[in-house]
Amino acid sequence: MATSNPSVFLLTVNGQIEGADFPEYDNLYCKYCYVYGHDWAITTGLEEGITQITCKSSLSQTLVWNFPLETSFKSTNPSGWPQLVVSVYGPDVFGNDVVRGYGATHVPITPGQHTRTIPMFVPEPTWKLQKLTGWLLGRRPEYTDPKVVAQGEGREVTRVRSQGFVTVSFHITTKDMKKMGYDTGPCNLQTAASVDQPCTF
Amino acid sequence: MRIVLLVSLHLSMALVSSDKPSVRKRQTAMKDTEDSEEDSGETLKRTLRAQRQRRRRKLLEQSSVKESQHDDEDEEEVSAVQDQSVKEEPAEKTVALRPPSGSRRGYSLKPLPVSSSQKLDTFVTRHLEEKLRAARFKGESLQQEKEVSADPASRLQSLRGRDRVTRFDRETDSVKAEEDDVSVALSARVKFKEAAKRVNQGLPTANEAYNFFTFNFEPEPAEETEELRRKKRKQKETTEKDRDEDEGEEPEEDDKEDSQDPNENQSEETRLVPTEEDLFIIDQSARDFLEVKKAEYVGVKKRAARDSELLFTPSFRKAPTSVKLPENVKPRFIEDEGLYVGKRPSVSFTNETILENRLLKMEEGLEWFGDDGRILALPDPIKESSTRPPLFSMEGDLNPAIQTVFRKAQKSKYAADPEGDYQLDVEVFGLVFSHHPLFSREHVLASRLCQLYHQYLTRQQNNLTGHLTDKLNGLRNALGNMMKIHREESLTLSLQQRISEYSLEVRDTRQLRDSEQEKDRTLLKNIIKVWKEIKALREFQKFTNTPYKLLLRKENVDPASDQQEYEEEIQAEVMELEAEKEEDYQRSLAEYRKQLEEWKLWRKKQKAKRKKKKKKKKSQKLEDTTEDEDEEQEGSELEGPEDGPPKPQPPERPDFDAIEQQVKEKASKIRRKPGEAVLIPVLSASGNITDSELCPRVEVSRRQEVLRHSLFIKILCNDKKVSKTDSRPLGTDFRVHFGQIFNLRIITCPQSINLQVFEDTGSSSSLLAQVFVPAPEPSVVTGSASLEDFEFSSNQRVMFDHEGVGSDVPLSFEADGSNKVVLLTSGKLTCGVSWGVGDDDVPLAPSASQHPGVKHSGLGHLDAVTSIGASGLYDMKKIGEWAKQSRLDPNDPKNASIMQLLKVASSGEVTAPEYFRLEHLQEEFNFVTDEELDNSRRFRLLRLRNQGVKEFRNYKFIPALENEISDKVFQEYERRLKDGETVDTREHLDSHRALVAKYLQKIQESVMNRLLFAKHRFLLSDLVVEEEIPSIGNKVPVLLKAEKLDSLEHPRQNVRERDRADVNHMLKILGINLFKLTEPKRPLKPQRKERKKVTAQNLSDGDVKLLVNIIRAYDIPVRRPQSDKAGQSSQPAIHGSDWYLNQVQVRPFVEVSFQRTVLQTTTADGPNPSWNEELQLPFSAPNGDYSTSNLQSVKDEVFINIFDEMLHETGVNDKERGPSIHTQVEKHWLGSVRIPFSTIYSQSRIDGTFKVNTPAVLLGYSKERSHGANSGYDLLRSVSEGAFITLFITIEPQLVPGEPVREKFDSQEHERLLQAAEKFERKAAKRYPDRPCITTVIDLNGKTVFITRYIRPLNPPPEFLEAFPNNPQEATTLVARFVSLIPSLPDQVSFSGVCDLWTTCNQFLTLLAGDEEEHAVLLCNYFLSLGKRAWLIIGTAIPEGSTAYVLTHEQSRYLIWNPSSGQFYGQYDTFCPLQAVGCLVDADNVWFNIQEYASPMRMSFDVSKRKLWKPFFSGSFPHPGLSSVQPEELVYSRTDEAAAAELQDRIEKTLKDKIMEWRPRHPTRWNRYCNTTLKQFLPKLEQSRGQDVAEGHRHELQRLLGDYRISGFPLHMSFSEIRPVIEAVYSTGVHNIQGSNVEFALAVLCSSMCVMCP
Repeated sequence: MATSNPSVFLLTVNGQIEGADFPEYDNLYCKYCYVYGHDWAITTGLEEGITQITCKSSLSQTLVWNFPLETSFKSTNPSGWPQLVVSVYGPDVFGNDVVRGYGATHVPITPGQHTRTIPMFVPEPTWKLQKLTGWLLGRRPEYTDPKVVAQGEGREVTRVRSQGFVTVSFHITTKDMKKMGYDTGPCNLQTAASVDQPCTF
Repeated sequence: MRIVLLVSLHLSMALVSSDKPSVRKRQTAMKDTEDSEEDSGETLKRTLRAQRQRRRRKLLEQSSVKESQHDDEDEEEVSAVQDQSVKEEPAEKTVALRPPSGSRRGYSLKPLPVSSSQKLDTFVTRHLEEKLRAARFKGESLQQEKEVSADPASRLQSLRGRDRVTRFDRETDSVKAEEDDVSVALSARVKFKEAAKRVNQGLPTANEAYNFFTFNFEPEPAEETEELRRKKRKQKETTEKDRDEDEGEEPEEDDKEDSQDPNENQSEETRLVPTEEDLFIIDQSARDFLEVKKAEYVGVKKRAARDSELLFTPSFRKAPTSVKLPENVKPRFIEDEGLYVGKRPSVSFTNETILENRLLKMEEGLEWFGDDGRILALPDPIKESSTRPPLFSMEGDLNPAIQTVFRKAQKSKYAADPEGDYQLDVEVFGLVFSHHPLFSREHVLASRLCQLYHQYLTRQQNNLTGHLTDKLNGLRNALGNMMKIHREESLTLSLQQRISEYSLEVRDTRQLRDSEQEKDRTLLKNIIKVWKEIKALREFQKFTNTPYKLLLRKENVDPASDQQEYEEEIQAEVMELEAEKEEDYQRSLAEYRKQLEEWKLWRKKQKAKRKKKKKKKKSQKLEDTTEDEDEEQEGSELEGPEDGPPKPQPPERPDFDAIEQQVKEKASKIRRKPGEAVLIPVLSASGNITDSELCPRVEVSRRQEVLRHSLFIKILCNDKKVSKTDSRPLGTDFRVHFGQIFNLRIITCPQSINLQVFEDTGSSSSLLAQVFVPAPEPSVVTGSASLEDFEFSSNQRVMFDHEGVGSDVPLSFEADGSNKVVLLTSGKLTCGVSWGVGDDDVPLAPSASQHPGVKHSGLGHLDAVTSIGASGLYDMKKIGEWAKQSRLDPNDPKNASIMQLLKVASSGEVTAPEYFRLEHLQEEFNFVTDEELDNSRRFRLLRLRNQGVKEFRNYKFIPALENEISDKVFQEYERRLKDGETVDTREHLDSHRALVAKYLQKIQESVMNRLLFAKHRFLLSDLVVEEEIPSIGNKVPVLLKAEKLDSLEHPRQNVRERDRADVNHMLKILGINLFKLTEPKRPLKPQRKERKKVTAQNLSDGDVKLLVNIIRAYDIPVRRPQSDKAGQSSQPAIHGSDWYLNQVQVRPFVEVSFQRTVLQTTTADGPNPSWNEELQLPFSAPNGDYSTSNLQSVKDEVFINIFDEMLHETGVNDKERGPSIHTQVEKHWLGSVRIPFSTIYSQSRIDGTFKVNTPAVLLGYSKERSHGANSGYDLLRSVSEGAFITLFITIEPQLVPGEPVREKFDSQEHERLLQAAEKFERKAAKRYPDRPCITTVIDLNGKTVFITRYIRPLNPPPEFLEAFPNNPQEATTLVARFVSLIPSLPDQVSFSGVCDLWTTCNQFLTLLAGDEEEHAVLLCNYFLSLGKRAWLIIGTAIPEGSTAYVLTHEQSRYLIWNPSSGQFYGQYDTFCPLQAVGCLVDADNVWFNIQEYASPMRMSFDVSKRKLWKPFFSGSFPHPGLSSVQPEELVYSRTDEAAAAELQDRIEKTLKDKIMEWRPRHPTRWNRYCNTTLKQFLPKLEQSRGQDVAEGHRHELQRLLGDYRISGFPLHMSFSEIRPVIEAVYSTGVHNIQGSNVEFALAVLCSSMCVMCP
């Protein structure tokens, strides 16, 4: 497998959707999916998933899912780097399942451990009256597709309200990226270590 | 006696009052000391006490006598003493805290002896017991009292408080002071002695006497026990307390007398140091005096008065503003003047007034008040809300978003860069002042002399004069030679040119030389002048300050030769000048002549004119005057009115004598006189400086001042102080030598190196000047670098009262004070900056790129240019030009560098670009060159994909490496590109069609381009799903279109408008929705709910399914009894009813094929089967692209074929296994329904009953109706013929149909019309959202056209009219059939469905493709031409959806024509596909249906009824007379029969090939005989126009085919491309017949109707 001339590079994402911080809501679950470009494909792992419903305990006010993410991508082109799209749902006061937030983040580019806190938002109803009816009927505005939040096109027509955070931790491993000319690692440690002469006047 | 007592009292008072609270503490401390020193001190004490008691007794005696006399004196003395006593007290305190040493006590005792003390002994013994008793009693009682409440002192506390506090503070200070100050102790002792002397002078008062006695309870030493001592100590305390009471008054009195004392003393207290004596006295004697006094009462009033003196209680009342401001100043309110004044912090009113009053009391209190009379206050810094956002911190956990994250420290990139370690060596050599404030006058002159001399030396070195003289001589020689050589010959033009150039050069050089010579001369003169001044000054002031001496060395010259040279020079110059002048003269003379010539010409003209006039006046006149005179005369005459050119003046001849004179004058001025010795000044510093002793006082002070000055230099690198030189004294010659080298280790090339010269004058140092040193070139390294002088100066103003001239001060050397000069401190700093050299001889310099100077490359070289006065010329070419123009001497060493530069420039190494570029950095950003970008397959692929080219739009995994992309990828794309050029006839079979296809494609492309922009616009509904308001969601697309056109321009406004309009709806919806909350979850009558729509782009293959629900069918053709002979079939009736019983009529099943997927239902029985089955067909979009536009252009059709299942039982063929029956299943095609996918997509569901297209001839089947006229239903059905099938088709999930174009098209229609149309459509849509209303359409050019312009009578092909001249009905059907045969191509397919384009009839016929609208328009136009009343119906139909039909009115009934099929229906036809009528259009007007029902059956078509039809043009808005867009007439041409035949052959061949291809595993045999038979048969079919073929035909065919068991059918379709034909054949499934002995026959007839050529 260790060919000197690889034609694809691999990106392995391990991690977990650790939890969320929605001060007002409880009994939430989270859906996730990846959005990636044409030149990407998932080799192993789940492309999308749904977590269990979690509720806050009296001790901790954070929602904890600890939902594992294990996905490997292969790609030929860093353009269209995968994005993780999370959307959180939960019941409202009437028990209707409504969306509590959408959010997206790029999968970290550098290998290593990363923690991302994704701010979440929901679309706002167009009119106040709709807000009222939506609240009464439990049908709040939703994105036609959660993947909308990973793209920039057409977002200008929407109005959103921010709402809570979701914390995701990633452990990123890449393979062959450097061989293909993409250096995403941190600045070269070797050179940094070799030169430690203090600058003096 | 008495005085002593008083003194001691005072001392003790001071002690007590100083520290009341510490009294007890001190006493305890004393007790400790006593305890510890019991043995040593005890005996001493006793003796002392005894002595004292004796003394007191004596005192008492005296006091009683003198009491009254000495009262006044006492007080005075006391006050005198008090100063000291008070001073002593801190010292006492300190002593009290530490045990006094015994030896000191001993010492202090000595001065005490009193001679008279012995006499008192007896007296003492007599009263002792008595006193003791009394004291004991009193002491005990006092102690008790004190224990209960420390009362006795408290009364006085308020009075003493202040003092006590202040004194207490000093306590610690005095501790230190105490130890060393012996002198004070001495003085105290002296004082005591004085006091002792006074003892005899007075007697104690009665009071004191009483004190004395009561206190004197010292026991005899023998009696003293421990117990007693304890008591005694207690008593001591009590005495002290009592004494306090006394003292309470006394200090007060003192205070009154000298109230300032305590304050003054306080400052000195620290100095005082205790004396053991005093302490001793206090310690011991204090308790001896006890005064009993009645409690003093201070009256309330008195106390208040006293309080008011000391205390200040700020009033609560507001102080008047006038008090708070300076006098005569009115309050000024800045706020009122419009300036911003911050909000004052809120302070309660009372607090503010208190503060104000308090401040007013203060001396400088007014400073605290602003102009407005209020206390100054900064604006309130407290914000209303907190700037920090509230944290959602739960159980102390920070929000993770704002949690601090640990980041590892990183090394700076500079540190990491090994290159960035450089060393800059800064050498500061020294400093020379050219002027300094401390210069004396002589110094000033001397420095001027130095400068001049330096200048002289430099000039000598350059020897510019000599150089120029040489050059001049050379030029003269050259010129002379040239003249000499060419004198004889005539000068050529070029030679003349050269000569003139030379002479010009000579002139310039001479002028230059002259000026240089003049400068030399003046310089020399100046030097001598200054030297003379110095000498005069030295003479005058009688001392010398400077060592300079100027010697003038004379170099004698030979006068004769010198004179000769001089003369020669002058001659040469004169000659040249003469020549020049002559030349000038000649030139101006020529000029003059020319002008004169012109003038004469003009004169002649004038004269001619005048002569004409004259001739008229006078016949003749004698010309007695000369011409000149005449001219003169005329000139003067004419000048006035006609203003001719003035007569030129002849130039003056130059005065050559004057020239010589001038030259001589000049020479004498600037040149050495001939014979005069050459003077060479030599400046030496060898003179003596007069010693300071011999100088006047002012000079001496100046020299001293100079000595005090020293200088140092700070080195700043990048404005940071790096280092500093040592401070060096300023020498008398004002030179400072540092000679220090600083090595700077740096990491980047410094931006600036700054040397700051500081002058240090004893205590303070001041910045004198700054010198900025440029960072050296990387090549300048230590060792090779030379020191440079940098001039500096300072504009500091300095003046002295001594001989120093100061700086920036006018200074005059003249006696009368005129000719003043102002000199500024200035000087030269000699330093060098270079890069250090490393250990390995590597210069520690930054690379050239890092050097800031490198950016302006060549700047260093260009310094040469700047030095010769061409600064700013960086353009090489310009420099070259300039050099040429200014005739730079290439031999001049000064110009060497520029010549070098020019040489390089001209050789082409340095070329300045001739163009200007705006983004000159663009190239830096290109990551590859354009060439590479074009050549790389990968980049090409990426770009094509990004552009959305069809083939690559969904290309996945573009390889990362170039070599992995094969050229094959592009083949298809390139072929397509090539196809654009050439028409592929093979594919299209018909060149005309191919051209049309190409044309269509082009139109499609242009429309696509137009829409690309719009495609990337999103609406809220595209992104967000929310509870829609039906009034918006259900609006017809037309309305949406209109609104969206608006919304593009004014999105906000539009939203608001809609908002308002829909409020009512919303309220309704809200009500309904709320009602819905209460409705049951599972209602009894469930309603179809709207499915969730899915945006198409997120789909992938396999996600989308086509659901086809086949419900039932009617009137399926039944099998004809399989008679063996044709003859038998003639009597079917014979079989009678039993045939029906035995024979299965038909076993139909439905097969649905879509995208080559075939599914079938179960088989049912009978001609009216009911299947009620749902079939799911997968759908995959081409190229895997599920975008809306792509889905709309899907051309696939859903084929719903009805087959009859036939079972054939074949005989036994397996003998071994016994009899078995093999059943062969055959399926016979009965008919089909085709529904394009685009229709399903745009309709999202299709629900209804469709007529099955059955072939005209169905061999083996009859279309007999189900027998038995018993059904009433048949009556209805009899109206139309054929089979029907009920279907429900939809797509799962529901795809969002394409949005109409959100773009406003330009139009040539009148604006008013457009607005009216828009309004009409909007109103219509609002009232009847389900009825389509179209008033404007878009033509092929993308312009909006009003719909009525399309309607115009047009002639149908003439042969149709000719065919049935007598039967208009026949002609009508023929025309309809003709129209229906034109292939139908939905706009959505051809133009990506984004807009509905209407073509005119001739365009339609040229394209030979169009959708229902075009068909309908054409048909309508034909009908109108045939003289019928016809309208266009805009309505909805199945399966087309929104479409156009044609309505005709014939014989009191309305007929509805389906233009695509050519069929017509009566108004009340049940199976009429038209479902709703929206509006009617004719050439003049548009009517919108405002009837209750839209179904044709239930409505009236009488457009004249205003209540039923709303016209567009009415009285208020009449028809403006719109001209038609249609041509006046359509021209048809006969089709080429040969081409049709060829096409026919090709189609046949293709089909045969295809069938064989579809049957890969079976041989396909073609029956030639049958083929020919069929071919004969087909024309007949065509003639009958698809109608029922006569029975005879069938029989004929059957006869022809003889014994063959046949099943077959004719396919009848309009032809546009080969592909649909193939698809149609495939869908019938003919090829699937598997019989081994099957033979196929196929015949194609291509019947060409008419092809129009406009």
